[in-house]
Amino acid sequence: MSELTHGFTDGEEVLRLERLRKTYNPGTPLELEVLHALDLRLVRGELAALIGPSGSGKSTLLNVIGLLDSPSAGELYLLGQPTRAMDDEQRTHLRNQVIGFVFQFHHLIPAFSVLDNVLMPLMIRHGKPTPTDIERARELLDAVGLADFAQKKANQISGGQQQRVAIARALVTQPALLLADEPTGNLDTKTAEGVFELFRRFNREFGCAVLVVTHDPRLSASCARTIQLVDGSIVSDQMNP
Amino acid sequence: MHLLDSLWTEWKIALRFLADNRMQTLLIIVGIGVGSAVIVFITALITGLQANVIERTLGTQAHIRILPLDEVNRVLPAADGALALILENPRAQRLRSISNWQDVRDALDGQTQLLAVSPLISGPAIARRGVARASVALMGIDPVRYQRIIPIAEDLIAGHFTVGAGHAVIGKELADDLGLGIGDKLRLDAGEGRETIVDIAGIFELGVRELDSRYVYLDLKQTQTLLDLPGGVTVIDTTVRDIFEAETIAARLARLTGLQAESWMATNGQLLNALRSQTMTTQMIRLFVGLSVAFGIASVLAVSVVQRTREIGILRAMGSPRGQILRVFLLQGGLLGLAGSGLGGLVGWSLVQVFNIFGPGLFFIPTDPTLIPVAMAVATVTGVLAAAAPARRAARLDPAVAIRYV
Ligand SMILES: Nc1ncnc2c1ncn2[C@@H]1O[C@H](COP(=O)(O)OP(=O)(O)OP(=O)(O)O)[C@@H](O)[C@H]1O
Ligand SMILES: [Mg+2]
Repeated sequence: MSELTHGFTDGEEVLRLERLRKTYNPGTPLELEVLHALDLRLVRGELAALIGPSGSGKSTLLNVIGLLDSPSAGELYLLGQPTRAMDDEQRTHLRNQVIGFVFQFHHLIPAFSVLDNVLMPLMIRHGKPTPTDIERARELLDAVGLADFAQKKANQISGGQQQRVAIARALVTQPALLLADEPTGNLDTKTAEGVFELFRRFNREFGCAVLVVTHDPRLSASCARTIQLVDGSIVSDQMNP
Repeated sequence: MHLLDSLWTEWKIALRFLADNRMQTLLIIVGIGVGSAVIVFITALITGLQANVIERTLGTQAHIRILPLDEVNRVLPAADGALALILENPRAQRLRSISNWQDVRDALDGQTQLLAVSPLISGPAIARRGVARASVALMGIDPVRYQRIIPIAEDLIAGHFTVGAGHAVIGKELADDLGLGIGDKLRLDAGEGRETIVDIAGIFELGVRELDSRYVYLDLKQTQTLLDLPGGVTVIDTTVRDIFEAETIAARLARLTGLQAESWMATNGQLLNALRSQTMTTQMIRLFVGLSVAFGIASVLAVSVVQRTREIGILRAMGSPRGQILRVFLLQGGLLGLAGSGLGGLVGWSLVQVFNIFGPGLFFIPTDPTLIPVAMAVATVTGVLAAAAPARRAARLDPAVAIRYV
């Protein structure tokens, strides 16, 4: 366990949810409240696993935290800034600055090379990548063990490799918060363990907060903290021994 | 360069997306190319054709002729309550001078829309050499001014363009009819005993029968004496900068001078009609080909937006703003238009060359060097506009939905 992972009170606050609700299709017969008045706080350097049965609202929560979707009520603070009142442009900007995403189906852009995929968040941020950017992207690719694949097209490598590229991409902006939605969902146990090892390592080295959704109890147990979501409510939130 | 820099990422993504869909991109570029080639070729062809027709027609005539008003019978107004029945014979129009023509000329010289102003006196006469006779039109001119209307000197086939001091310049047909050569003498009889003998100084061939067989160019003074109009001119010829404005300018000149102003458009109604309908047809063809090109671009991009929904979602999730997604697709539209019209311009230009070298050879199509750049600029703008709808759709995609799209 890293000395950076202190627990709830220490460290700079990265994320805070206050009575956060999410309702799909509000005002229609299909109206469905998926998240019920959640309170949650995450500080820099924390590594937290989000677990829960299928349909409990884990992906919804991650999308809301990642500003891909907006909450229906309550407030969401990122680095202390309230986000409810922000317009699309501000949310997009904040997403680029603060959040790193890793999805279940890796979601690389197949038209681009592995290196360009990793550089994409920086290109979005400030255009042509600087030599420092490229150096950083290569270091990350090296760290995920894919230094030799930089020039390959993103769809010419295996699923596990793609997921590792996606992690490198999520980290290239040095985000304060890394969100991963079942990143190991379609990987075999060994590859999955390797991917998790990367999370632990970057969490340790960069001190970013990591919130990762997983169904695998072994993997969640290897995180410092486990948050359990059932039917849109947090039923347990505990530190692992 | 600044534009390239600030849009670096947009360029990169747009180019990658186009290159990634190689077949689709290639097909639409060929489609745009065919459309642009048609537009470029038709435009060059019709412009060339019209320039040729206009050049042939207007190269040998004034654009606007200023003439004295026709003489009309003056009828005394009938007394109140009286009914007057009038049997009227139109008056025969005698040769008349434009009064104060020097002032009219000076006023016309001040008109910026006119390129040249040339007062002249013209009237009928009989030309005789030995027993041969021919009816001719005497043209008393100011050579310097007249040359700006019809550059006779360029069409001389013998001798010099010298009028005055007993010298005349005549057309080739007249010279042939009367067996005249340079230096030969010609007797001109304007009736009522007014006669003179002139030396032939030059022979021209304009390719217009009326002119080549009838015109005898003389000094202004000598013609005034022959036609018994001392100090007078019967018509002022002018040319205008914009030939299709001739009618409006003529109307203005008529008001300005109080004289008759006849434009080439009024005297060549048929030709004008033909030119106008040709122009309209060309514009219709251009419009419809342009529209189908635009719809082609729009539909290809609309398909591409659907195909790339998930990638758009990924880009948005990584913090790409709506504007950036919009610009990526607008750029693709512009690039398709540019590439397609570049290709089409080249093909159209080649078609023009083929027409000039192997075609029927009736006339030459000049290749306007601005035609292809203009066509490319228009196609690029069209591409961007055509991309507007799909690009907006792409930019408005909800990232949370788009990223789940399969
Ligand atoms: N766009 C949507 N519109 C309406 N309902 C939705 C939408 N997305 C999710 N839901 C519903 O919200 C609930 C939570 O879905 P969510 O995907 O967040 O669950 P999850 O915990 O991620 O499940 P899984 O483990 O299967 O991924 C489900 O009942 C789902 O049907
Ligand atoms: Mg899920």
